Amino acid sequence: MNPFITHTGIVAPLDRANVDTDAIIPKQFLKSIKKTGFGPHLFDEWRYLDHGEPGMDLSRRKKNPEFVLNQTPYEKASILIARENFGCGSSREHAPWAIEDYGFKAILAPSFADIFFNNCFKNGLLPIVLPNKTIDILFKAIYANKGYTVTIDLENQFIVLPSNEKISFQVDAFRKHCLMHGLDDIGLTMQHSESIKAFEQDYYQKNSWLL
Amino acid sequence: MQAKTLYEKLFESHIVREEDGTYLIYIDRHLVHEVTSPQAFEGLRINHRAVWRNKSILAVPDHNVPTTDRSLGISDPISKIQVETLDENCKHFGLTQFPMNDSRQGIVHVIGPEQGSTLPGMTIVCGDSHTSTHGAFGALAMGIGTSEVEHVLATQCLILKKFKTMEVRVEGKLNKGITAKDIALALIGRIGTAGGTGYAIEFTGESIRSLSMEGRMTLCNMAIEAGARAGMVAVDDVTISYVENRPFSPKGEALEKAKAYWKTLHSDKDAKFDQVVMLNGSEIPPQVTWGTSPEMVVSIEGMTPDPKKEHDPSKRKSIEDALTYMGLEPNLPINQIKIDKIFIGSCTNSRIEDLREAANVLKGKKIAHNIKLALVVPGSGLVKLQAEKEGLDQIFIEAGFEWREPGCSMCLAMNADRLNPGERCASTSNRNFEGRQGQGGRTHLVSPSMAAAAGIHGHFVDIRSFN
Repeated sequence: MNPFITHTGIVAPLDRANVDTDAIIPKQFLKSIKKTGFGPHLFDEWRYLDHGEPGMDLSRRKKNPEFVLNQTPYEKASILIARENFGCGSSREHAPWAIEDYGFKAILAPSFADIFFNNCFKNGLLPIVLPNKTIDILFKAIYANKGYTVTIDLENQFIVLPSNEKISFQVDAFRKHCLMHGLDDIGLTMQHSESIKAFEQDYYQKNSWLL
Repeated sequence: MQAKTLYEKLFESHIVREEDGTYLIYIDRHLVHEVTSPQAFEGLRINHRAVWRNKSILAVPDHNVPTTDRSLGISDPISKIQVETLDENCKHFGLTQFPMNDSRQGIVHVIGPEQGSTLPGMTIVCGDSHTSTHGAFGALAMGIGTSEVEHVLATQCLILKKFKTMEVRVEGKLNKGITAKDIALALIGRIGTAGGTGYAIEFTGESIRSLSMEGRMTLCNMAIEAGARAGMVAVDDVTISYVENRPFSPKGEALEKAKAYWKTLHSDKDAKFDQVVMLNGSEIPPQVTWGTSPEMVVSIEGMTPDPKKEHDPSKRKSIEDALTYMGLEPNLPINQIKIDKIFIGSCTNSRIEDLREAANVLKGKKIAHNIKLALVVPGSGLVKLQAEKEGLDQIFIEAGFEWREPGCSMCLAMNADRLNPGERCASTSNRNFEGRQGQGGRTHLVSPSMAAAAGIHGHFVDIRSFN
């Protein structure tokens, strides 16, 4: 996993609430047994006018000109902003894989679904929760200034706007640490193998019916 | 001793270690299916890691499997590879699996409880958001992503923060024809699809206690649609009599010991929840979703909303978008909505009781001419066998339904079962998202009896006044 320290990029406005994981990456693409290659199918049903299937020749597909990521300059965006409850629905990690593979580094929204939120951190993707009011202000600023670019500083936990104004955000200390160092948390947990074994010994003695 | 909620009891009994509010939680049962596991097994292989506790795992292919003649194999080559990859991984790591042609194969959330693999007091995970289903047994069960699947495979633990607790108390006697599905949808209509985000929900009250285990599973299954990663119901006699005598459940002396512990799995009388939501069970009417999120739901007596009456511009836009996608006019009575397809199945409503409920409505009747396809997809091979023993398959077939092999099927349309663009479906599944049942497909979530009744009439009808 690539570490996330700071990132500067164009913010693409996806002005919808309850963006679900079926919309982020439709089910036909979940048949892959790989972690990569989902980016071209991110938001497939919104991005293209034809029906997408795995292995299609993308150059022949009709893009939907109405969809934000098909409009200049948002094809170059690396930060996504959306409304409430982003990432609701299934636990498919293919959703953050697709978002990350497309080239996004961070998502700004008033709220995220729990499993999706969790999955993002495992893939070097930073989901940032901001108050509804702030999200509203950002949407307005983005609509007024095409190519609106911000800098996210994870270490200091703020977003720098084009006006140089800073918006601070909260992030869990453990997740921040893992993200900033690109850490694999399995490796971290394995360091506690002895604690796990000790727990098991005691646990199965008490709950012998589980053996 | 401090009074505790059921969630706190389950969580605390599985803490391996804690640091600054981040917990390492021990996992008792890991359910595995073909879609969210291949990359996790690959991760183990790349890093030369072993599976920590093989015994904790039960694997089954369910999302990609065909529901038609299985002897023909899987025709979609990509689906076939995914199912075969699960077979290979289970063989390589020495895991218990019910392969596609095993009579015990079925939807992971149906077979866990059916096999006694899901037990009270357990922590249960699966790379599937509907793992909340298993909370019906007084267990802490939640969906996880593939990275976490790999983490649990390698360490038997999950890194977690404590959830907040929400009590959803449903008092009163449910009316005839009202099911757990209606309670779940009514709750989501009330608190919204993000209402439970960050919470573990415990369902309590007279209406809940009166539900069978199948009903409780339906309810906990839908907790995730209210945003809650875990839903649960306290253990009582109904729970214990369900888990006894299942293939994987404890027997003899071990069972007696387990029972003594299971009986402590309820919230203490004075336990405090962070939030309490009350519903009156006797006032819940049959529910039908009209839009593209489970919170877009009304009573069968209601109508589609009028966006003009919504003052919040963001909400107004959501209503307009949903009505457009669903091809519905504002202020349209729900019972005038005509249906093209019927789907009875999914981890929400494919258990024997669900099939009995639908068959009871369909007995001696035929589906309407405008219904192009009506599917019954039992939750497991054993549910299918039981239904056939009871003659339910004949009732469905005589009514015009197709009687299929078990799997996730048209709930998410990963296999060949799907809606075509513009088709409208009365579905007993859990998500009415855009494209969920097929690109351009339009889903209305209902209970099994409401889906069956809609099949007979060709449009939604009130099950309470249905003869």
